[in-house]
Order: sequence, then C-alpha cells, then structure tokens
Amino acid sequence: MWGYTLRRLLYAVPVLLGVSMLVFALIQLAPGDVVDILVPPEVPKEIADDLRRRFRLDEPVYIQYVAWLSRLLVGDFGISFFTNRPVAEELFGALGNTLVLALPAAVLGFLLGVLLGALAAYNHDTWLDKLFSATAIIGVSLPHYWVGIVLVAIFAVVLNMLPAQGMGFEGIPTSWEHVQHLILPVVTLSLIPMGVISRLVRANVLEILSQEFVGTLHAKGLMNRRVLYHTLKNAAPSALALMGLQFGYLLGGSILVETVFNWPGSGGLMNLAIFRRDVPVLSATIVVLATIFVVINILVDVLQALIDPRMRR
Amino acid sequence: MADAAAALPADPAVALKRAQQGKSYWQRVWERLRDDKVTLAVIGVLVVLLAMVVFAPWFTVHDPYTGSALRRLKPIGTPGHWLGTDEVGRDLWSRMVYGGRLSLLAGVVPVFLALLIGGFLGVLAGFTGGLVNSAIMRLTDVLYAFPSILLAIAITGILGAGLQNTILALTISFIPPVIRISESVTTQVRHLDFVEAARASGARPLTIMRYHILNNVLGPILVYATSLISICIILAAGLSFLGLGVTPPSAEWGLMLNNLRQALWVSPFVAALPGVMIFITSMCFNLMSDGLRQAMDVRL
Repeated sequence: MWGYTLRRLLYAVPVLLGVSMLVFALIQLAPGDVVDILVPPEVPKEIADDLRRRFRLDEPVYIQYVAWLSRLLVGDFGISFFTNRPVAEELFGALGNTLVLALPAAVLGFLLGVLLGALAAYNHDTWLDKLFSATAIIGVSLPHYWVGIVLVAIFAVVLNMLPAQGMGFEGIPTSWEHVQHLILPVVTLSLIPMGVISRLVRANVLEILSQEFVGTLHAKGLMNRRVLYHTLKNAAPSALALMGLQFGYLLGGSILVETVFNWPGSGGLMNLAIFRRDVPVLSATIVVLATIFVVINILVDVLQALIDPRMRR
Repeated sequence: MADAAAALPADPAVALKRAQQGKSYWQRVWERLRDDKVTLAVIGVLVVLLAMVVFAPWFTVHDPYTGSALRRLKPIGTPGHWLGTDEVGRDLWSRMVYGGRLSLLAGVVPVFLALLIGGFLGVLAGFTGGLVNSAIMRLTDVLYAFPSILLAIAITGILGAGLQNTILALTISFIPPVIRISESVTTQVRHLDFVEAARASGARPLTIMRYHILNNVLGPILVYATSLISICIILAAGLSFLGLGVTPPSAEWGLMLNNLRQALWVSPFVAALPGVMIFITSMCFNLMSDGLRQAMDVRL
C-alpha cells in the first residue's frame, strides 16, 4: 500500500513538470509583448527596457523558465502586474473563497447523485427510474452558467428573495445572511456532479445487481440492507474516482459560475487576470489549479486502492 | 468476421443465435436504432435544428445584425418580435437561429478534430505498445492534469479570443480523453485471439490494423466522441459567455447570454432565452449518444 502511494506520488513529478512547461510555453506564445501592453506607447524606451530587466523578460527563454520554476517551487509566485501585490496572497485568498462554494456544492451533488442513481437502479424500469434518469441527463445537459442566470432571474429579480451577486462576507459563513449568498451558486455548481455521478452509480449498481454473487447473498439469507452494503462497496471505487474528478472540476472549472455570481474566487481572479493581461497571476492560477487537480487524483487513486486491493498495481 | 467480433457477446449461446440469424453487425445496429423512439425523435430534432441554422434566412423575418434604439429589450410576445429583442433592439429569434451557426460549428468541429487526432494517436499507441505507447500516454497525462474547462480557458485566455482559438483550445482539451479511450479499446482488441491468428497467418501489421483492429475499435471511439459533443457545445458557448470565444457583433448563443446579462434586471426572461438553445442542443446530443451506445452495444 505504501509502495503504491509512493509510486503514485513520484509519478506526479514528471506530470507537474510537464504542466509547468506547458503553461510557460503558452505564455511565451501569447501575442504581443507584455511590457508593450502594460505601458502606454508614449513612455520612453528606457523605462520599458528597465521594466523588462526588472521582470527578467530580456533573458533567454530557458533561463526565464528555470528561474520561474525555481521561484514557483519555493512558493514565490511573483508580483501582480496590475495590483502590485504578491500573487500568492491574492491567489490563496481567492482559492479559499472558491472552496467555500465547492465544498457544499460537492457534498450536495455527490449525495443527490448517489441517492438518485442507486434508487433508479433498485427500481429499474419503473417510473421512478425514468424520472431519476431524466433528472440526471438534464443535469449533465444544462449549461450551468445559464442555470445560474435563470436562478438569478427567478429568485433575485422576480421573487427578490436571494442576493444575486457577490459573497457578502469573508472567510467562513456564520449567519443566515451569509448562507443566503451561497444558496444560488452552490445549487448551480452541484448540478453537473449530481447528473454525472447518478448516471455512473445507476449503471454500476445495475451491473452489480446482475452479477451472480448478489443472488448468492440473497440465497444465503442476507437481509436486503446487507446486500445493499455489498453492492455499494462494489460500486464505490469507480464512483469515488469520478467524485474526485468532479471535485477537481468544481475547483478548476468554477470560472463560469463565479463570473455569473461575481464570486471573488479563483475563477473570478483568473477572469480578471485574463482581461488585465496580468501574466503572473494568470500563470500562477493555472499552475496551482492544475497541481490541486493532480493531487486530488492521487488521493482518489490511493483511496480506491484502500477499498479495492486489486487496484494496487 | 471482424464486424462480428465487435458485437460478440460474452454469452456464447447468444452469439450463436445472432450468427444464425445471418445478420451483420450494422444491420442489427440499425434494427435496434429503428425501435428506439427516443433516439429517432432526438435525431429528428437535431436535423431540424441543423436545417434551420443552415437555411437561417428562410426561418427568420428580421436581420440578426440590425437593431433599433426604439425597439430595445422588448419582452417576449411583442408583435413582430415574438421572442423579444436584445439590448440593441435586434430580433432575438433571428439572432438565436443565426447564432446556431457558430455555436454548432464550435461545438462539433473540435470534437471531430479531436476524434481524428486523438483517435489516430490512441490507436497507434494501443497497437504498437512499448515505447511509442509510453511516449504518447505520458504526454496525454500532462494534458490530463488540467480539468478540460481550465485548459480551454487557459489557451483562449492567453492566446486571445476568436473562433479559431476557441476551436483550437477545445480540440486540445478533448484530445486526451479520446486518446485514452482509443488506446484502451485498441489494447483490449489487440490481445484477442483473432488478431494473433491473423499475425500467425502472416498478415502485415498495417493489414491487421486496417482490417482487424480499426473495424473493431471505431464503433466505441465514435460513440464516445458523440458523448463529447454535448460538453463541447456547453464549453464553446461558455467561452463566448466569458468573452473568450466568438467576438461581437457575431450572433452566438453564449455571447448573446453574455451581452444580455446586463439586461437581466430589466427583462429577466429574454436575457435567459439563448441558454434554452444551448440546453436543447446539448440534451439532444446527449440522448443521441446514449441511444447510439445502446444500439451499437458499446460499453466504455
């Protein structure tokens, strides 16, 4: 088990190295010179050159890459072109805000997904199955940013019940007023994981129920509840893998929903950075989000191996 | 022979029965599809949608690009503009019909390109194995380190907005999953007995790949690719919604949502309309993909 974990961790090193190269290459490919975009054209050439020296933009590409990577590795993400504040400060604050959305959305989406999927499978080919399967396919087909807009139209504009924009607090929500800000974005974000997971759980449980060992369990007189336990245990590894992936998407793909709700999270930060051409913030955000995604995947793999020893290869 | 193996069920008795019926794999796929009312209906909707988008002038009265300050943000049900008008007074129905051109283009082309490139690389990796496999799959792992939305946003965000960059970004985002699926189905098929038999009887690698491998992996890969179209349509419109996709004044569903967002407080339902098109289209592609998967008896 420890060997497997170690192997998984070691394997992440070349992947992350590749990620850093890819992000760096993308930034090099960006049209236009960063400094020319930042300073007005009437600024003397010396000042522009001085800026280039300060941000080390005058050195060869591979030296820039190594310098950039070694700074990243010690947690120095540089300084924002736009706000002049350390990128790390802005990024980790924003990541916290994203987590405040992603965690409840994940819990809601995963619970509903497993529940709907398992219920649909257990009531195979009844109206309940059809209803839940339809809910699931609608969940995966809805453009979630549009759902956000519709929810705002209904609950904020027409009914005037819930706030439409922003976070309204800092850190962790402590009062009903704070929670109100969370409701619409959390519901919006939970739709995709709900749909994706319930579809997988339904298919998995159906397949497991058709296997012979389930019949054996019933035959030897186990209660339905115990059979359910065995079924879920068999369905858990692949469902877990998908949950990990979906949680990664919630963190890394939050940009659309955060834009709809003006949520000051990592997606919102990325959006700002793109339009301000704030290269340090943008590159750091992408690298950090990808790293989190890789780490989540490792955690899921290890967890899967814990449940199912066959995975420890 | 190769076709029969694709649908070869685990149960030998069922396989025998099917073989005795004397029908080819594709004949049976067609029969199953013919009985599937939902999938047929969905394909019908998609065909109508495609026709509307291609022959947009026949389905619309107003020009999608000319507006009038006097007709701004008319509500749904306004005579002459039954679905209302947008923030500069352009007819919303016209824009939704014309908008489908870019939305469908940006939703389908990336998947098609990813299918070609990713399918080729994946089958190659699965068929050759060894070093080639490792090289291709390790590079795929790097792209897999990004959630697909993040990768697409990173590429368009850095390289700039526009239809070309949107298609490029989405193609790159969809190549890794296509490679993974193609590689895994090819590896499975490669170790089947009939491939060994072909090799033992002296078939060249290219012949084996063309006749024995490709015929058996194309179905699953195609079905998987159709399931990506729905995601791609949502993401393409999402990029435009962020201002990273198609640029104004083009009509495109995501961009329309973006532009109308400011009008949300004035006429909330008109502002939400373009999303209905994204939803219907992605739902139809999802249902079609499910139907195809069942008809072709594919398990991924």
